[in-house]
Amino acid sequence: MTTMAPDTEAAYEPALEAAFDATVAADERVEPRDWMPDAYRASLVRQIAQHAHSEIIGMQPEANWITRAPSLRRKAILMAKVQDEAGHGLYLYSAAETLGTSRDELLDKLHAGRQRYSSIFNYPTLTWADVGAIGWLVDGAAITNQVPLCRCSYGPYARAMVRICKEESFHQRQGYELLLALSRGTPAQHAMAQDAVDRWWWPSLMMFGPPDDESAHSAQSMAWRIKRHSNDELRQRFVDICVPQAEALGLTLPDPDLTWNEERGAYDFGPIDWSEFHEVLRGNGPCNEQRIAQRRRAHDEGAWVREAASAYAAKHGEARA
Amino acid sequence: MTTSRSDWPLWEVFVRSRRGLSHTHAGSLHAPDAEMALRNARDLYTRRSEGVSIWVVPSAEITASSPDEKDPFFAPAADKPYRHPTFYEIPEGVRHL
Repeated sequence: MTTMAPDTEAAYEPALEAAFDATVAADERVEPRDWMPDAYRASLVRQIAQHAHSEIIGMQPEANWITRAPSLRRKAILMAKVQDEAGHGLYLYSAAETLGTSRDELLDKLHAGRQRYSSIFNYPTLTWADVGAIGWLVDGAAITNQVPLCRCSYGPYARAMVRICKEESFHQRQGYELLLALSRGTPAQHAMAQDAVDRWWWPSLMMFGPPDDESAHSAQSMAWRIKRHSNDELRQRFVDICVPQAEALGLTLPDPDLTWNEERGAYDFGPIDWSEFHEVLRGNGPCNEQRIAQRRRAHDEGAWVREAASAYAAKHGEARA
Repeated sequence: MTTSRSDWPLWEVFVRSRRGLSHTHAGSLHAPDAEMALRNARDLYTRRSEGVSIWVVPSAEITASSPDEKDPFFAPAADKPYRHPTFYEIPEGVRHL
């Protein structure tokens, strides 16, 4: 394919596109060396890059509490979780690179603010209970989003998601267990858990993205079978899962409109403040600047390690040649 | 020296999950040399005891069949059903065959 002259390739395009459409329609996977429409490739790069960046930036709010974890057990768990997030970022960067972009390009775009990460990570972690609320709600929302992505039409992305989903389940359970310990603790600990849930509930619901009728990429992504369910469908699924889990925790969700709707067989919930979502997306969340500044600093401060490893490899390679 | 990470080659990682099984492709990563690729692969792909052995192979060293010639390349196998045991009719009651 790469040896074809551009005009020849253009002549073949309808046939190539038909083969691509047939692969997607048959629920088979598209693989890196297959022909694919430019827009499909661009859409995947955008989505996978945003996903990878979210994993990497997502290390920051939780790492904030590693040195202050209340026990060695909790500290070991939190370090393992943050290390997993780094791993998830790397699986996803690799998947994005199969589409023809490079690691450096992806990181440059993150650092320059030209590619996004999930707006949830622009909220601060004010107390230890936030580590629990992130595990339960933020990772819970992420899992609800990610499980259908294991069947996404692009093979490398789907395979990365399988690995990630397996590992995420520990993240959610440790968060839930952490909140349960606080909820059953002293009145002050219980109040701390409730406060964290009150702050993280609405931003977690926003993680599913804008309502279906305002979502820019949804329809096309569903047609390409990158996405399998709409934003509102997944958000509803998440709410229905969380309500009984909150009851078991002995905590409440901060929504007075939350009621069981017998007819729909689902929970009705109150309106989401989308103006807040768009403000955070525009860069005006509580921590946007801090997150990117920290990411740039970490990258710059690690430069000498990358340079030393390259220098060693070059020298070592020469010695062997 | 300005060394960007893109100078680091891409490596494909294969993990043997336990003795008796083949190495299976797990994913890929960037590393400056083979030794670092092995160490990074250990951290990235075996955090939960998923492996007892790892291979790393420079991605550039892999020769792959082209997706374009999928049909002609694999077609010769398609019209030879007699290579499968189910092709043959055996009288009922004949055992161990």
